[in-house]
Amino acid sequence: MAKVLMKGNEAIAVAALKGGVDAFFGYPITPQNEIPEYLSKHLLAAGKVFVQAESEVAAINMVYGAAGAGARVMTSSSSPGIALKQEGISYIAGAELPCVIVSVMRGGPGLGGIQPSQADYYQATRGGGNGDYQLIVYAPETIQETIDIMKESFDIADYYRNPVLVLVDGLIGQMMETVDFEKPVKKRFIPAKDYATTGTANHPGRNIVNSLFLDPVELEQHNLQLQKKYQQIKNNETKYEMINMENPEYVIVAYGTMSRICRSAIESLKEEGIEVGMIRPISLWPYPKAAFNEIPSGVKGILCAEMSMGQMLDDVMISDKGRHEIGFYGRVGGMVPEPEEIVDAIKNFKDKVVK
Amino acid sequence: MPKGKVYFEEDMCKGCSLCVSFCPQHILYQDKTTINKSGYNIIRVSEPEKCIGCAFCAMMCPDSVIKVEVDK
Amino acid sequence: MEVKYQKTKGLTDKKLSYCPGCTHGIVHKLVGETLEELGMIGDAIGVASVGCSVFSYEFFNCDMQQAPHGRACAEATGIKRVRPDNIVFTYQGDGDLASIGIAETIHAANRGENITVIFINNAIYGMTGGQMAPTTLIGQRTTTSQDGRNQVLTGSPIKISEIFSQIDGVAYLERVSVTNPKQLIKAKKAIKKAFTYQKEKRGFTLIEVLSTCPVNWGMTPVDALKWVESNMVPVFPLGVFKDAGEKNV
Repeated sequence: MAKVLMKGNEAIAVAALKGGVDAFFGYPITPQNEIPEYLSKHLLAAGKVFVQAESEVAAINMVYGAAGAGARVMTSSSSPGIALKQEGISYIAGAELPCVIVSVMRGGPGLGGIQPSQADYYQATRGGGNGDYQLIVYAPETIQETIDIMKESFDIADYYRNPVLVLVDGLIGQMMETVDFEKPVKKRFIPAKDYATTGTANHPGRNIVNSLFLDPVELEQHNLQLQKKYQQIKNNETKYEMINMENPEYVIVAYGTMSRICRSAIESLKEEGIEVGMIRPISLWPYPKAAFNEIPSGVKGILCAEMSMGQMLDDVMISDKGRHEIGFYGRVGGMVPEPEEIVDAIKNFKDKVVK
Repeated sequence: MPKGKVYFEEDMCKGCSLCVSFCPQHILYQDKTTINKSGYNIIRVSEPEKCIGCAFCAMMCPDSVIKVEVDK
Repeated sequence: MEVKYQKTKGLTDKKLSYCPGCTHGIVHKLVGETLEELGMIGDAIGVASVGCSVFSYEFFNCDMQQAPHGRACAEATGIKRVRPDNIVFTYQGDGDLASIGIAETIHAANRGENITVIFINNAIYGMTGGQMAPTTLIGQRTTTSQDGRNQVLTGSPIKISEIFSQIDGVAYLERVSVTNPKQLIKAKKAIKKAFTYQKEKRGFTLIEVLSTCPVNWGMTPVDALKWVESNMVPVFPLGVFKDAGEKNV
C-alpha cells in the first residue's frame, strides 16, 4: 500500500485491523467517534465482532470477557469514558489479560470540553482503578507513529498479558497526515493462549479467569508476580526520543501533540542562538527515566511542557533526581499553545535560572 | 414398593436437615451426639428397610452429599 | 441396585462455600446436572458474579470467568461474541443483577445475546451481611431496613421477570422456586429449556430462581423454604413469563 492521506482516528481503526483485532466493544464519545464508526463497518464486513455497548462500563467488561476467551480485543474512548472504564481495566490487569485501549484525550475535569488536552496523564499512568497495577502507556506524536504503535500494541499486550493504553489527544485524532500502513514493526513470539476460556473440551483442565484471591498470602504472591512482569516491561518496552541533545543549554520534556509544538520552538530558538534539546517520552509508562541520565553536563535547566497543569512534571522531577532547575509551561482546557509561547517560556525560564 | 438405599458423604454434610424434612418415610434424623470434620451433626437413617429410593433427600441436599441407589 | 441419584459431574469436588441449607447449592446442582445431561460441560463457559456466589467459578466444572459486580452479562456478551459456538451462562444474585448490574442485564437481553442467565432472588444481600436488596419485600427487616422495608423511602421489590418479559430479545423467561422436590423438578426443566434454547441460538434466556438466605433471614433452612412459599411467591409469582418458541430461531 502506497502512502495515503488519512485522519488520525480512522488511521487508528485501520491500524487496529492491521494489528489483527478480532473484536471491538465501545460507546460513542467525542472526539474519537471515527474509530468505532470505521470499525463497525469493516469488522463486521470481515466476519469479526463489533458491539456498540450500552456504556463504557459495559464495553470494558465485554473486552474483559472476550480477552478472557482468547480474542484480540480493543476499545476506544475519551477522557470521561476512560474514567468509567477504570473498574474493568483494574480487573483485566488483575486477571492478566491482554487488550488495547485507545484514549483520545479531551479537556477536563468533569464533562470538561471536547478540545485537545493532555490532562489525563495521571489517569493513564497512575490509573483510577484499584490496586497495584500498571498499564503499558504509549503516547505517539504523529499519525504514522500512532499507526506503528497500534499495530505493535496487540503483540505487546499478548506477550505480557497486560492492557496497553494508546494515549493521543483530540488533535492527533482529528488531523490528517500522509501515512504508510505497511511500515514494518517489531514482531514478538506470542505463545498460545492456554489460559483462555474456550471450553474444557478444547484444553486440558479448567481455565479460570479471575482476579479474586481471598488468601492474603496468595494475593501478595500474585502482586509480586505482577511486579516482576512490570519490571520486565520496564526493561524491554521503554521508548523515547532525544532531540537536539548534542550540546543544549536547556532541555524541554514533552510528549504527543506538545512535543510537535516544541520541535518548532526549538528551531526558532536555534535561529536566535539558544540551543534547546528535548526528551520526548513515547512510553509514559514505563517512563523513560534513563533518558535523564543522558542529559549532557552544562544543561542549565529542564522545562516540562504539557497541555495540562503539570502532571508529567512529577515524573520529570522523579527522573531528574534534583540535578537541574525544573520549570513548567502548560495550557489546558483545549487551548493548544503556539510555538512562540514555548519560545517565550524558555526565555522566561532562562531569566529565572540565570537570576 | 421399590427398595432404596441412601449413602451420605458425611464430611461434606453441613447438617441443614433439609433431607430430614423432605423424607416421605420419616426415616432420617440428625444424630446430635456425633459431629463430622466440619463440626456439624451428621444425618442417620433410623429404619433403612423403609427407604423407597425416591431420592427426595438427595434432590433437596444443597451440598450433593447424598447418593441414592434403588432396587427395581 | 442401580444409582438413582448422585452428585453431578457438572460440579467440581470442591466443598460449597454456602451456609447450611442455602438453596444456592440446590441451584448449582440443577445447572450442573443440566450441563451434564445436555452434554455441555466441555463447551460451557460460565461467568461468576459478586456476592455469595462469587466463588461459583470453583464449583461449576467448566471454564469460568469471574466478573466485576453487576457486569456478568457484559462479560458474557464479550465471551459469546467471540466464541458463538460455546455455551455461555451467568450466575448472578439479586444485588448483582437487579441493582448494580441491571443496565448490563437489560441491554444484553435487548440485544438478544444468546446467553443463559441464572438469577438468584433471595430478597437480601447475603455476602455483605443481610442488607436490603432491590428485591427485599415491603416490611422485610434487613440490616439497612431495620424497621422493615419502607415503600415510601425505598420503593417496592423489583420484578425482574415481569420487566424482562417486555423485551424483544428474550427467548425464554421463567420464574421458579426450589422449595420442594416438585418445584425443583420444574426449576430444572426450566433451566434445561433455557440452555437448550441457547444451543438452538434463539436468544437471551433468563431463569429467576426464588431462593433462601436462612442465616440473614434468621430462620432454619426448612422455615426459610416455607417463607419463600408464603411471603415471596405472592409478590413474585411463579411461571413462564415469556416463551418466544420458534419465533427467535
